[in-house]
Amino acid sequence: MAQPERKIRVLVAKPGLDGHDRGAKVIARALRDAGMEVIYTGLRQTPEMIAAAALQEDVDAVGVSILSGAHNTLCPRIVSLLRDQGMNDTLVILGGIVPQEDIPKLKDQGVAEIFLPGTSTQDIAKFIRENVKPRE
Amino acid sequence: MATTDIPNAQSGSATPSKTKERKSSFRTVSLDEINRLYTPEDIRDVDLATDIGQPGEFPYTRGIHATGYRGKLWTMRQFAGFSTPEETNQRFKYLLKEGQTGLSVAYDLPTLMGYDADSPLSEGEVGKCGVAVSSLADMETLFDGIDLEQVTVSQTINAPASVLLAMYLVVAEKQGADWQKISGTLQNDILKEYIAQKEWIYPIRPAMKLVIDTFEFCAAHVPKYNPISVSGYHIREAGATALQELAFTLRDGIEYVEWGVRAGLDIEKFVPRISFFFNAHNDFFEEVAKYRAARRLWARTMRDRFGALNERTLQLRFHTQTAGVSLTVQQPLNNVVRVAIQALAGVLGGTQSLHTDSYDEALALPTDRAALLALRTQQIIAEESGVANTIDPLGGSYFVEALTEKMEDGARDYFDRIDAMGGMVEAIERGFPQREIQDSAYQYQKALEAGDQTIVGVNKYQMEEESTEIPILVIDESVRQHQIDRLEQTRARRDDGAVAKALDSVRKAAQTGENTMPATIEAVREYATLGEICSALRDVYGIYEEPAI
Repeated sequence: MAQPERKIRVLVAKPGLDGHDRGAKVIARALRDAGMEVIYTGLRQTPEMIAAAALQEDVDAVGVSILSGAHNTLCPRIVSLLRDQGMNDTLVILGGIVPQEDIPKLKDQGVAEIFLPGTSTQDIAKFIRENVKPRE
Repeated sequence: MATTDIPNAQSGSATPSKTKERKSSFRTVSLDEINRLYTPEDIRDVDLATDIGQPGEFPYTRGIHATGYRGKLWTMRQFAGFSTPEETNQRFKYLLKEGQTGLSVAYDLPTLMGYDADSPLSEGEVGKCGVAVSSLADMETLFDGIDLEQVTVSQTINAPASVLLAMYLVVAEKQGADWQKISGTLQNDILKEYIAQKEWIYPIRPAMKLVIDTFEFCAAHVPKYNPISVSGYHIREAGATALQELAFTLRDGIEYVEWGVRAGLDIEKFVPRISFFFNAHNDFFEEVAKYRAARRLWARTMRDRFGALNERTLQLRFHTQTAGVSLTVQQPLNNVVRVAIQALAGVLGGTQSLHTDSYDEALALPTDRAALLALRTQQIIAEESGVANTIDPLGGSYFVEALTEKMEDGARDYFDRIDAMGGMVEAIERGFPQREIQDSAYQYQKALEAGDQTIVGVNKYQMEEESTEIPILVIDESVRQHQIDRLEQTRARRDDGAVAKALDSVRKAAQTGENTMPATIEAVREYATLGEICSALRDVYGIYEEPAI
């Protein structure tokens, strides 16, 4: 008998001091409606807390929401902490207010995609579905 | 040729073809349905004398001034702050030179959260979303060469507001300004932090006590200062509808009045210094109706619920800011047009002061050039368009009066629901306003993705190749080091014994329940840092934990 298909698990993470969580919450709900399992970290998580939650929840993707301009400090650290704990395939995506100039560097540092204001939640769900590594 | 909007001739609708419409329903940005036409029938319950009345007279639907903008234009108050106090000081002077009539300070996230620039939690955030202020020394630099008796300053600060107010007052005093004469506004609206913006420190009840401390202190010592700006702006940005913005903001206002009354303050003395702050979003008439309803509802609530009699106590005064959330990254110059229309709604709604967003704010903090264009937008509305020549020009419109009434009625329903929960503090503890806003945000996103709502350049009229190369303000990472160096200098030259003693007095005031303002002012004077004072209060009050919603 075929195993029931494992749902994609996504951690929606809100690092830094910023409290603007409208985007994070809308995305969390939209991904849930798109059939994924979503865990939302809540506000003001350090990169260490986010990496620990990703490991504990065994997620396929981490969606980071940053609107404060702190992405260049926070994102590379989240990626490297995930890799350090062996989560080499975990997809890391970023949404928020990110200047164009910062995008190539963030991608070099391991952020798979950066979603700017105005992105449809369906496009984000599609990107996750197409880019998470299939599990055994 | 546009084909998608032409009604389908094959549709089975019974409506005669000449009345066919482009869409099955027409909705505001709040997803509220609008009728094809408004007629006298829609305002049969609106009484010309008692519901609309005269400007400058109860219930102030048409405005609080008998002369409208013919007496005095609104204050053009652009919100600004970034990087170091030195750089923001330069921006302030630039804006004043270009004809801006008031200042408004944006603080960075560490300051908003009560952390110093050298806290590990401040890494990556110093000077990014606003100016970094960790001690009185930074505040002295921020207002260097700006006469605080002449210029009114609005400060967007909430959880640590009492500390920043103390810094402001000490700077004014050092300049030789008279506290009796200085004016300005402290945002200091902690309720909307728990509801929407979420920059909190302490649990709700002690945080409310700090707010009441500032009311009491200002009433006694800084009589022209507005110690609070009850803010719907952030509630709206978080996804609320226009009605929810109105209802939650005014209900927050009621909560502050109730707490003030319970603390023994005289409503006729402290309520006149409560100001409000609303959003100006895309749906023009809905916004105008919201402002008009706000004035009427506040006046009636103050009279009927609190027995207020004095004119100033009944009058709702408000600041408006155009909707940051409506700005797009795509085709960013379109934002100039959005801002102009939103600003016009604020003006036709009778705002007392206005901030117009810059077109580049979906990308970063504004450049000088973008900020100047935003200011010019207001000046064009004020001095070229002619809309300030007469008072409340939309008053009497069947549509606007019907919407105004609907707003008031809808807000009263929310008041009833919140009162039934025991008040706004209790409603927040239950997650009620938070959940309502979250639901509205999600409904809007769905409407957008279904194409029921349009954002030009985003889900319609997109361009494959955009020439969106506009200059962006970049905040250098060196700002944090600069601020840390300044903090070290400040710490090195102060009297450590006096600082420790002053911080003890802050803790003691918090413990005994006496007014914390005098002790806070003394601590600031000794150059105790923002982080140190907030930490002393945290020792006594603890920190807020958000309920899962």
